[in-house]
Amino acid sequence: MSADTKQNTITIDGQEIPFLAGQTIMDAALAAGVYIPHLCHRQGLTPHGSCKLCVVDIASKSVTACTMPAMAGQQISNNTPALNEARKTITQMLFIEGNHICPSCEKCGDCTLQAMAYHLGMLDGHFPQFFQRREVDASHPTVMLDRDRCILCELCVRASREVDGKNVFDIAGRGTNAHLIVNSTSGKLVDSDLETSDMAAHICPVGAILIKKSGYKVPIGQRTFDLHKVSEIGLEKTILTKVRQPDE
Amino acid sequence: MSMSSAVSNFSNMTDLLRSVITRIYAESPYLLHVLYALQRKFLHISDEAVREVAAHLDLPTSQVDAVVEFYAFFHKIPRGRYDILFSNCTSCGYMAGGVDLMAMFGRRLGIAVGKTRGDGLVSMDQTSCIGMCDHGAALLVNGMPITSLDGPMIDSIAALVEAATPLEDWPAEWFYVEGNIRVSGLLLKDDLSEGISLRAMLALGAVGSLSEIIQSGLRGRGGAGFSTGMKWQLCRDAQGAAHYVVCNADEGEPGTFKDRVLLHSYADSLFEGMTVCAFAIGAKQGYLYLRAEYRYLLSHLQSVLTRRRELGLLGVGILGQPGFSFDIDIVVGAGAYICGEESALIESLEGKRGIPRVRPPFPVTHGYLGQPTVVNNVETFIAAAHIVLRGSAWFRAVGTGKSVGSKILSISGDCAAPGIYEYPFGVTIRQVLDDCGAKDVLAVQIGGPSGTLINRAEFDRRLDFDDLSTGGSLMIFNQARDLLAVIVNFAHFFAHESCGFCTPCRVGTTLLKNGLDKIAGGHGTQYDLDEMQRIAALVKYRSHCGLGQTAANPILDGLQRFPQAFEQRLVHSDEPHFDLDAALEEARQVSHRDDTAAHIK
Repeated sequence: MSADTKQNTITIDGQEIPFLAGQTIMDAALAAGVYIPHLCHRQGLTPHGSCKLCVVDIASKSVTACTMPAMAGQQISNNTPALNEARKTITQMLFIEGNHICPSCEKCGDCTLQAMAYHLGMLDGHFPQFFQRREVDASHPTVMLDRDRCILCELCVRASREVDGKNVFDIAGRGTNAHLIVNSTSGKLVDSDLETSDMAAHICPVGAILIKKSGYKVPIGQRTFDLHKVSEIGLEKTILTKVRQPDE
Repeated sequence: MSMSSAVSNFSNMTDLLRSVITRIYAESPYLLHVLYALQRKFLHISDEAVREVAAHLDLPTSQVDAVVEFYAFFHKIPRGRYDILFSNCTSCGYMAGGVDLMAMFGRRLGIAVGKTRGDGLVSMDQTSCIGMCDHGAALLVNGMPITSLDGPMIDSIAALVEAATPLEDWPAEWFYVEGNIRVSGLLLKDDLSEGISLRAMLALGAVGSLSEIIQSGLRGRGGAGFSTGMKWQLCRDAQGAAHYVVCNADEGEPGTFKDRVLLHSYADSLFEGMTVCAFAIGAKQGYLYLRAEYRYLLSHLQSVLTRRRELGLLGVGILGQPGFSFDIDIVVGAGAYICGEESALIESLEGKRGIPRVRPPFPVTHGYLGQPTVVNNVETFIAAAHIVLRGSAWFRAVGTGKSVGSKILSISGDCAAPGIYEYPFGVTIRQVLDDCGAKDVLAVQIGGPSGTLINRAEFDRRLDFDDLSTGGSLMIFNQARDLLAVIVNFAHFFAHESCGFCTPCRVGTTLLKNGLDKIAGGHGTQYDLDEMQRIAALVKYRSHCGLGQTAANPILDGLQRFPQAFEQRLVHSDEPHFDLDAALEEARQVSHRDDTAAHIK
């Protein structure tokens, strides 16, 4: 911390939390061990603010914790029944927009969306399913792209650009036609420069980007969210470096 | 066709693509303009074209692809040589006259909505409001507007298309768009003659001009009403390698067409205002972001810019001032309502999808290319030009309270004299309705679908920033209207125009659209109505930008003020969340059946 960094505090659900200049509400909360639900946020990547799971209220104004700068004296509501109800509805929206098959999805138990649903007490999708047709791209030898599960969080887009130093992914289309695209001449993953060791290949919070031939190495029952709550995992310091798989 | 002969002059398609891309990019270095040229010439933007554009502009293929798929006027599948787009606005849409003109046109030419005919001659689709609301039903043919449509005209147009008659040989009067200025106030009395405001500005100096704008109390005319003087001051004070002036001429709000008239008849006033802003904030470059639906105004606007350069009112050393250089480029959009949001507009200017940025930081400090940027509405710049010329006191003398000056309204819908009306702020709705000859009014949509829907009891409310704020759209609906159909139309508009960035708006606007369709179709219950209320509140409070935050307004206002419009359609029994019969449609198509037994009633 530089000498001129000014330390100050915000208040989340009555708890005073220090923050450093330049931190967002999310940064300050996570550093203090206060969990604010989030899907599209990952410490170290540019905040995105699109999933809206991290909405919090300041007075009666809704703000996005991962993008809103922390400012001295903010009185923030976070873990309230009303906000968690809004978050549950947003999570249901993500479920019914895509084609999610939790029991048979190989990400089951490792999926943050699924864990978020449990965390928020979501028992069903509630809304009518959209049943959108989404393209599967199995062209890459080691990485599978199944857009059925994509929640458009753009973690892979940002990880590729900011950590891997590549630019493998982007979003095209608009509204509910928005979809993940691959930056290659054919639009297929096989013709991109994605490698198994890339952060972008591993960062997907759902079952949209999967490493092939590794789906059931960890048995169901022993997976991340079988053992930990999403509110514990969400507080972990993520180290954004390339991952080298043991079989490489 | 000329295209095939042009193709034969090149050894292959790749060379032809490259020659078009190189030529257009040299003329006008904007991704949107290159893609437009390709769309016009080849009637679509092929995968190969995307790759060539990416290579030539040194952009990722995915960025070019993403842009092509984002904007409504770019297509990856070929359109017809005559590409017909019917407006679907409640005022200038294909249903405006009570008859479905699009269906009629489709029958004449044997073509379905959203499709290109097998012979490639013609394609037909609907598009969001094209800003012709004072002229009844309207369409765009290859980007050129034709207004005041009726059955006989549809027949004529269909015949001209079928005979492949070049657009130049179509009746010229069809393409003339009347301005319809009905009431003139502060700003519409005259177009400022060339340089008159700039001379006043030079006499005041940059600080003096800015101070005049601040003292005038001018607030942004786009509807949000932020202090224009403060915006300019913040931008002037912001550090940056360059400062920019951007004019938002992307008026996409259904029912708004004032900018169309201002751009056509008051372009000099506008460019004077932009130049005043440049002088005040220290900008050398300005941009006019023009909505694609107004592309027909482009050559006129460019000729005004050319004349101003010749007169020394733009370019290097304006009016002989060695230190003051400023010029304006026009960038044309490609069909996206969201680009009217200022940070989405900036993204679009930069050749990206129009996704609203995270704010803060705001454009005044981090705008175009990350530099300090003022984005103002067409009307705001025109007001600024007048204020510098006539003084802030002149401006403050009109209006009410914190809403000083005048507001230019686009009035359409059920009234005798639709058109442009300029009033002092504080005018009552009743007065406006009287002036435009509106009878038996049921409801008025103030500020377009994103604004406020009011009923008869509220006609003494006033148009100003403290009561009914508006960007200028005022749509009138009389007692004969099916108000639910209007609200359904708006819900479809927002679902179509949602950029898809944030979850509440992306999914929520579609849920609202589907829910309203169910209710309007006679399959809704009280449960569905309660759901509408709940989803609408979430979309309103939790969305990322102004589009989502206002998209549910017509539904919330409608439920509050016109509950009977919804309730009379409800069925009072439990129904499933979906239309059982509609769910079988795909199965019917696959099995080529449409008999009674293939339907559930």
